[in-house]
Amino acid sequence: MATTRILEGLGRLYVFMLLAFLYLPIIIMALMSFNASPFYQLPFEWTVDWYQSLWQNGQLISATWNSLEIAVITTIISVVLGTAASLALYRYEFRGKKLLQALLFPPIAIPWLITGTAMLIFFFGVGIGRGLFAILLGHVALALPYVIVVVSARLQTFAPELEEAARSLGANQWQVTARVTLPWIMPGVIAGGLFAFAVSFDQFVVSYFLSTPGQTTLPVEIYAAIRKGFTPEINAVSTIIIVVSMALMLLTARFFKFGGEK
Amino acid sequence: MAAHGAVAARGGLRKALPLLAPAYLWLTVAIFLPLSAMVFFSFMTDLPLTGKPWAFTLGNYAAFFSQSLYLTLLLASLRLGLEVTLWCIVIGYPAAYVLAKVLKGRSREAIFLLVILPFWSNGLVRIFSWAMVLREGGILDTALNAVLPFKINIDLMYSYPAVIIGLVHSYVPYMVLTCYLTLQAIDDSLIEAGRSLGASRLQVLKRVIIPLSMPGLVAGAALIFVPVVGSFMEPRILGGRTGTFYGTVIEDQFVAVFNWPLGAALSFILLAVVLVILAVASPVLRRAT
Repeated sequence: MATTRILEGLGRLYVFMLLAFLYLPIIIMALMSFNASPFYQLPFEWTVDWYQSLWQNGQLISATWNSLEIAVITTIISVVLGTAASLALYRYEFRGKKLLQALLFPPIAIPWLITGTAMLIFFFGVGIGRGLFAILLGHVALALPYVIVVVSARLQTFAPELEEAARSLGANQWQVTARVTLPWIMPGVIAGGLFAFAVSFDQFVVSYFLSTPGQTTLPVEIYAAIRKGFTPEINAVSTIIIVVSMALMLLTARFFKFGGEK
Repeated sequence: MAAHGAVAARGGLRKALPLLAPAYLWLTVAIFLPLSAMVFFSFMTDLPLTGKPWAFTLGNYAAFFSQSLYLTLLLASLRLGLEVTLWCIVIGYPAAYVLAKVLKGRSREAIFLLVILPFWSNGLVRIFSWAMVLREGGILDTALNAVLPFKINIDLMYSYPAVIIGLVHSYVPYMVLTCYLTLQAIDDSLIEAGRSLGASRLQVLKRVIIPLSMPGLVAGAALIFVPVVGSFMEPRILGGRTGTFYGTVIEDQFVAVFNWPLGAALSFILLAVVLVILAVASPVLRRAT
């Protein structure tokens, strides 16, 4: 089947072209952060000046700390609340369960522009206002459905007989959860946590509407900088973000199969 | 199992509630109440908080229907969503097919991971990286002029195509992911059976592969279309002055013009349009699960 082989070869070539399309701009953007010219002029001259000047940029540094803090707190809260909710949805049957599960999808499916502006209006209306606390409230709400979906998927592979066996051997509910169920679903919990961290750390739209000049996150700060004009400093900080996010994704992939392998 | 379920059903909610309540309370405070508040505010003349007098009004919705600008922009955004979705299908579907049916084993796993890896990395940064490539005297310009014997000036930055390129780059991994999942589930023997019964490759594609992978296509299209219609950051950065869309107008109401009630009404109209589109797509989606 010569035709088949040719077609398969073309297919492989095509996938590599797609990968080039996906990665080239990111690689070029990253390379430019090591280029000496402030106007992105070629020829390329190696420098790490832009990374050094990042350290002098107090605004960016404090926005970075805010982003990290919010992402860590979001991860902890959404993993704890999300795992608890997943366990309840897995263990118990009750009326309205389907509805509760369906309610997880609006936060994922509704464009962040709508969610973000709605949060702005509501938080302003009830006196929470804008700022880091409002951003945290929003991020946890965005991350929770992802955690519940991921942990629930892992729970699907859990045999309820294991819990019953532990119970019949005299373990109480807390011991069953801590010693039997949690260890089994741990990969799902870790994957959910990494998802939550990524949702929060990369979140721009919702943070944008909820931030104030002093209380802002890194993506919002980058957006403001881009609109003022491009400088290689933005490339440097973008490169750091992309490396961190991709490393997180690779970690997530280790704990959670995306491919739905049979 | 059925008996076990029946026992659990009695008092199930009472036991489940302490575990469920924190998560769903949080979602209520940060998602569901805000969405309700947005609908409420969209019928007001002014925000009650500013101390100014306010009243209920339909004026914000009347503004949408009386000024053709908003409708034009909504249509432009829907068109943008449609174009980006179509490009994502054209580019993503063949790649998903190759991943699912041609590549095998470790190379498939590795390439699949590489395709979906960027899609959780910061969207803003990816758009910025296109600004690097497309701007005048940027990388694409320099590279083409280095290769070609004549001087050309492709000034794509701040144009409609730039917005399309940036958005397709951001969203094509979704399409690859959803199509891959359904394509992978198609039994190879179905394809072989079609071929051995004398169908050409094209006929197998049209009659077997595409119909069976339709749920993945629709899911991918919904996942792409909805956020693209509401996009505002991508058109702002890559579109410049040509990048005025429905999303950027909503953004303006909240961060520049400070007409929140109008912004709320515009947001709610967008939400309604999005829900209608999802409702139309959902029967096909349900068949997938």
